[in-house]
Amino acid sequence: MSTNNIQSNESNAYLDMQLLRFTTAGSVDDGKSTLIGRLLFDSKSIFQDQIDAVESSSTKRGLDHVDLSLFTDGLKDEREQGITIDVAYRYFATPKRKFIIADTPGHIQYTRNMVTGASTANLALILVDVRNGVIEQTCRHSFIASLLQIPHLVVCINKMDLADYSEEAYDKVVAQYKDFASKLDVKDIRFIPISALHGDNVVNRSKNMDWYEGETLLHTLETIHIGSDHNHIDCRLPVQTVIRPHSNDYHDYRGYAGRIAGGIFKPGDDVLVLPSGFTSKIKSVDTMDGSLKEAYAPMSVTVTLEDDIDISRGDMIVRPNNQPEQKQDIDVMLCWLNQQGPVQRAKYVVRHTTNEARCMMKEILYKVDINTLHRLEDDKNIGPNDIARVQLRTTKPLLVDPYDQNRNTGSIILVDEATNETVAAGMIIG
Amino acid sequence: MRYTLTHLKELEAEAIYVMREVYAQFENPAILFSGGKDSIVLTHLAKKAFWPAKIPFPLVHIDTGHNFPETMEFRDNLVKELGVNLIVGSVQQSIDEGKVREESGKNASRNALQTTTLLDTIESNNFDACMGGARRDEEKARAKERFFSHRDDFGQWDPKNQRPELWNLFNGRKNMGEHFRVFPISNWTEMDVWQYILYENIAIPSLYIAHEREVIWRNNSWLPVSEYIELGPNEKPEVKQIRFRTLGDITITGGVESAADNLEKIVEEVAAARQTERGNRADDKRGETAMEDRKKQGYF
Repeated sequence: MSTNNIQSNESNAYLDMQLLRFTTAGSVDDGKSTLIGRLLFDSKSIFQDQIDAVESSSTKRGLDHVDLSLFTDGLKDEREQGITIDVAYRYFATPKRKFIIADTPGHIQYTRNMVTGASTANLALILVDVRNGVIEQTCRHSFIASLLQIPHLVVCINKMDLADYSEEAYDKVVAQYKDFASKLDVKDIRFIPISALHGDNVVNRSKNMDWYEGETLLHTLETIHIGSDHNHIDCRLPVQTVIRPHSNDYHDYRGYAGRIAGGIFKPGDDVLVLPSGFTSKIKSVDTMDGSLKEAYAPMSVTVTLEDDIDISRGDMIVRPNNQPEQKQDIDVMLCWLNQQGPVQRAKYVVRHTTNEARCMMKEILYKVDINTLHRLEDDKNIGPNDIARVQLRTTKPLLVDPYDQNRNTGSIILVDEATNETVAAGMIIG
Repeated sequence: MRYTLTHLKELEAEAIYVMREVYAQFENPAILFSGGKDSIVLTHLAKKAFWPAKIPFPLVHIDTGHNFPETMEFRDNLVKELGVNLIVGSVQQSIDEGKVREESGKNASRNALQTTTLLDTIESNNFDACMGGARRDEEKARAKERFFSHRDDFGQWDPKNQRPELWNLFNGRKNMGEHFRVFPISNWTEMDVWQYILYENIAIPSLYIAHEREVIWRNNSWLPVSEYIELGPNEKPEVKQIRFRTLGDITITGGVESAADNLEKIVEEVAAARQTERGNRADDKRGETAMEDRKKQGYF
């Protein structure tokens, strides 16, 4: 690892930067694209040639201002129809953090896209038009954020300029949202009054809302604590592949490569290999840059053990006193992503960590109305964008944790064997 | 703060994870190596992913015949150092075999012809996954690309019908004849790549560092003078101190005037840049959706 010693402190700042992944959802009318455009523009993350291109498109469309939403324009069809079809990923950085935005459409295929964007996010940005208050779409976004266990929710009450920047109007929407959010499972919810169009409280503090004493959106994104977003308690290392160099220098080397899914691994730790049940001790935690004293999620490492045990892809290295459950009957909250719904007693390939099995959908317990959060116990007909609680039976035991304890070992996807498409995503309940 | 990674370390861990998934899920994967900084970083990450074993993939270079000599020398040295196989797909051969026809005129380039050679090379070597160094921040069509991107048996990309990709669960299942393109550094930006090259002290071709070169001013950038370009009547070669922000064919890669003669200065220059890096690529200037159109047909 060569850090060049000649750099000044300032150019070394990037060595302390963290990564924050957040998701946004909404339709064009919420001002979602305008908000993203505003964040990128005011944080100076947009290049001059992009600004020139957007200025010329704005003029072509007969606008007298630069349409910030055009910065997030994508594919040909989207430009023609003024819609977003698919999750688009966007990037910007400030001296403190690098940001990855999963920008998901609000209408078309909304569950599929929002769930995809939410699956890797630390934070969800929910946009509410102050004039409309909490609407169906707000509930839907918030529910999915809660279902996917996004640790932080930031609710931006937008278009404050159209409500005379009124504190009363803002308070009313906040109260309405809090009332609804009591049904959700989210620990950290914050509210910010903004105007994406004029830039109030996005990057720069608003001069029009003296009554608001909280932080701006960008400041919130830059400082929110994300250090606890990974599980550092329950040790889980799903083995991706076994590294055997067969070279003169490393003749007997046998390393288990994988990305740590939870906990902290150290040389000397007692470990248990599942499903075989063999125990051993960690000999070393290796990387090309040298061995590590400890390793934690989400690091990619190679672990060697004191004993020669037969270990292969799909196995999991854990601690003897803290094990995942080994189960063949798995209770999951399933999001159906495919156009074609499941047929009765349909069989699928299930992918979980680095493991794969086949499974059958044994029972559909209920569907969830994602606008009202009501359980629909009578309607068990799953179609595209539905969310349902189901019982799966797998051909072999999977090594699972509940999703709310570990997103890595608590998530699955279902693949249709005939089309090879990813048809569903599931969060393990137990 | 103790158990957090820096953004570069997190991106590195993600890329290594993706490459190990490719190794585990496919039978015959390869790395698409252009000699540019992104594919050099990709190769460096592959070294890390499988250390202390050798990189278990061949490098595939689609050779247009219009290369910078520096890129070729760099490629050959790297292949020797890593002890991996190099497979070259030749655009000249595709032309000679009559599979593609060379463009003519002043702005002629072999860029679009590469797609045919690439797909032929994939087919004749039975590659079922090709890893590339494309990044989502490069271009609007790439912003929608998956890590594991499915291609039909014509090598085509269907942006409206992509498989959803959730958590770290990648689905590499396919039918015979189909293949995947995989992009382990999808989430990196140009800045991340440069910071990582600096941090890891990765060797790169000298073309990226400011140097004196004979160039002409064309399409808003300094195009290198070479035997492959036709000079217009008003185009007069001059010597400028330039560097390249991306490396493609010598016929389409424009340079920027620069005094950045080492990596630290390049990182500073990238941070202050007012133009996107592909702003100097003539291949992207052929219409607003030039990249999307090429990608659908099977381009990198």
